[in-house]
Amino acid sequence: MKVRIQRDGGMAEYAVAARASQTVLDVVTEIQREQAPDLAYRFACRVGMCGSCAMEVNGVARWTCRTHVSRVVGADGVLELRPLANLPVIRDLVTDMAPFFEKWSRAGGQFVPKDGVVPAEFAVVPPASPQRREADAGIECIGCGVCYASCDIVSWNADYLGPAAMNRAWTLVNDERDGARAGRLRAVAGDAGCHSCHSTQGCTERCPKGLDPSGAIAGLKRTIFWGLA
Amino acid sequence: MRLWAIQRVTAAVLALAVAAHLATILYAVRGGLSAAEILGRTRGAEGWLLFYAVFALAAGLHGAVGLRNVAAEWLGWRGLRWDATWLAIGALTAALGIRAAWGLYHA
Repeated sequence: MKVRIQRDGGMAEYAVAARASQTVLDVVTEIQREQAPDLAYRFACRVGMCGSCAMEVNGVARWTCRTHVSRVVGADGVLELRPLANLPVIRDLVTDMAPFFEKWSRAGGQFVPKDGVVPAEFAVVPPASPQRREADAGIECIGCGVCYASCDIVSWNADYLGPAAMNRAWTLVNDERDGARAGRLRAVAGDAGCHSCHSTQGCTERCPKGLDPSGAIAGLKRTIFWGLA
Repeated sequence: MRLWAIQRVTAAVLALAVAAHLATILYAVRGGLSAAEILGRTRGAEGWLLFYAVFALAAGLHGAVGLRNVAAEWLGWRGLRWDATWLAIGALTAALGIRAAWGLYHA
């Protein structure tokens, strides 16, 4: 199979043998070990837990470790790999995730205990309460950046907070132990926040964890509209 | 947030207003259209004045907020100066519409 990889200085082409149950990450690793030792890419767990191997595979952001080649290779037998979109490239397939996580903190992504102190007793949060269910729906995000790379709004406005940061904010807005609700809602309102979302749901469509950041952003819009209007 | 709320509320107003406007046009053109007939309906009619004043205001605001977003996302036109421009365009659109409604009422 033909593999085209975006590298510093243009697209490089490699030929790799097709194997059964081969993942895209297997292909990249084989290229680096056998053909291009200076190829830069990022991975850690290889089993879909860490979220570090995300790349654009034939134009779609994916975890390469959980993507079988047979399911994504084009009819022409070509695999095209690029670094995640909407992020600065450090080298080859490695992007700088700093702007992505910087937006998490700008969106108020840190838990702030009520009254500024963590209570001595464990908080009792009924798992079946509607608020807890909303929080649970978004809590499994591992910060891989697939949604961020799939978001049109980020590509139009570099300041836009993006789906992952606002998904995180929404889980905290629904956390009854949290004490920074008002400030967080202010942080996600405005031109760089939830009100710029077009609800095209690229994030929800592509999230490898099956989360719904678009729904979280809609929840923020609703909460702000009825709460602070 | 305020602009977003304005956009949603004016959209709701426009959905009804445009439907009423179109229905009125369909009704009014039956059997030919004349200026005298239109003026006969609108002259001194507070209901129509109010309807078209609200319609024009909603259209002006909705258009300005929408153009602001489109220009920011597609052309990168952002900042206070552009905001002022869109506000002026929205206010002008609304003012011209309200002036026209007033003209029909007062003619």
